[in-house]
Amino acid sequence: MSEFMLLLHENPQGFASLSPQDIQTVIGEYSAWRERLAGEGRLAGGNKLKDEGGRWLTGGNGQVRVVDGPFSEAKEVIGGYFMIKAADYDEAVEISRDCPHLRYGGRIELREIDAIHD
Amino acid sequence: MTRNGAAAVRNSLDLLFRRRAGQLAATLTRVLGIENLDLVDDLVQDAFVQALKKWPYAGMPDNPGAWVLAVAKNRAVDVLRRQGRWREKRDELERSILPALETGRVFFSTELDDDQLRLMFACCHPALSRDAQVALTLKTVGGFGVDEIARAFLTAKATVAQRLVRAKRALRDRRIELAIPAADALPARLDPVLEVLYLLFNEGYAATAGDELVRADLCDEAVRLAEMVAAHPVVGSPRVHALVALFLFQAARIPARRDDAGDQLLLAEQDRSRWDRAGLRRALAHLKLAARGDELSAYHLEAEIASCHALAASFETTDWRRILDCYDRLLALSPSPVVALNRVVALAKVEGPDAGLRALDALREEPALQRYGPRYAIEGDLLCRLGRTAEAKHVLNRAASLDASEPVRRYLERRVQSLTQGG
Repeated sequence: MSEFMLLLHENPQGFASLSPQDIQTVIGEYSAWRERLAGEGRLAGGNKLKDEGGRWLTGGNGQVRVVDGPFSEAKEVIGGYFMIKAADYDEAVEISRDCPHLRYGGRIELREIDAIHD
Repeated sequence: MTRNGAAAVRNSLDLLFRRRAGQLAATLTRVLGIENLDLVDDLVQDAFVQALKKWPYAGMPDNPGAWVLAVAKNRAVDVLRRQGRWREKRDELERSILPALETGRVFFSTELDDDQLRLMFACCHPALSRDAQVALTLKTVGGFGVDEIARAFLTAKATVAQRLVRAKRALRDRRIELAIPAADALPARLDPVLEVLYLLFNEGYAATAGDELVRADLCDEAVRLAEMVAAHPVVGSPRVHALVALFLFQAARIPARRDDAGDQLLLAEQDRSRWDRAGLRRALAHLKLAARGDELSAYHLEAEIASCHALAASFETTDWRRILDCYDRLLALSPSPVVALNRVVALAKVEGPDAGLRALDALREEPALQRYGPRYAIEGDLLCRLGRTAEAKHVLNRAASLDASEPVRRYLERRVQSLTQGG
């Protein structure tokens, strides 16, 4: 069994126009997806990232430059991530395919964790 | 149970977010002032969006409603600080219903109901147009989204949004106060509220077109708000109870209005065992409260008509004489072409289809009925009963071609087809 990371990219303003009732529906769909994975023992973690651009650090010429990441003006940000367990990419894709994120204009970047100890 | 029926009896947990949004807006409006209605809208929306962003990852908190309220309250504090009004408003915010909302112990809170009533009276202020009153009430008191309002009324989203902007500006510019009107101003201020609720319910109930689920929500919301008005010691006059009774009598029949294929069933065809008994009992209780005092409003008469239908054991045993009498009194009290048309149905039951057709003939020039589908459906039915099949087919086709909903159109086409086969 391998671990995969789902990076959830989204438009930071994407949900602004949903009604409270729509929002309840969407949350319900996410909860159902998440709980199913957890029930199958496939969910290994997940977190929301704070709504800000964070800091971008770059090195060079013996210096580290730190700048605020773009957020409000960004068209797309990483809203959060999930860790899942799956046999291979095919299975990981199948699991990710049902993620409600894809139904609401989001994009998922799926990456396998390259474990040091196999 | 049909989709429509299931939606109409959805319990309040299903509508938790919408209800919470309305409660939250009402209380925040009291603290921040009605001139800040835009800000209130933003705070409420922002709190729900925060929930949407966080919960998919973190899971639902134990008390979702409290979480949203706490976020909104914190944002309100931030805003007040920035505006330099925190000191002035702090006590009010702390004393407001918000802390109670956060702990979840708010059901039956009269203070909360009062917040929502005050807001409803402001949203239905006579200075606003009817469209604006309706949109603002749904958005602010009901917690509906712009998109949902647009879907319910088949209006463009941009039109609804613009109506809301104008309405909020009008409230601000005219310095309309946020208050439950005093007793002397009550009649003038209460009637628009009741008219808006009546319109909401009918729009949801009539199903001429549009999204079925949203329409069932309109009925739910009209009933909920009307019951809130009725429960208020000063505002809840007999005619408010009559209105609630009318809504409940009609809503009780919703589960039986469609067959399993979703096709419309006539009153005569409905399985009365599917009517909502608990709803009918509530309706009767309100009808009793409506009878206190000597007020007789149009809502009283309409509720009485609805009660005749709802309480008849079968279609055949319906008390059409009493219904006709109610329509006669209703026409005298508040004449309208649609009431006159509905009277024709009762008249035809009491005096026969010929009398019905003659009464219909008297309405022939009525402009409001020229493109009104039910007018032709009724005429078609009367012609059928007289065996005038060819004419019946003609007017039923006309009824189907007017702006009927899909189920109504299918029903009318079925009738035309059965006439073709039978005759």
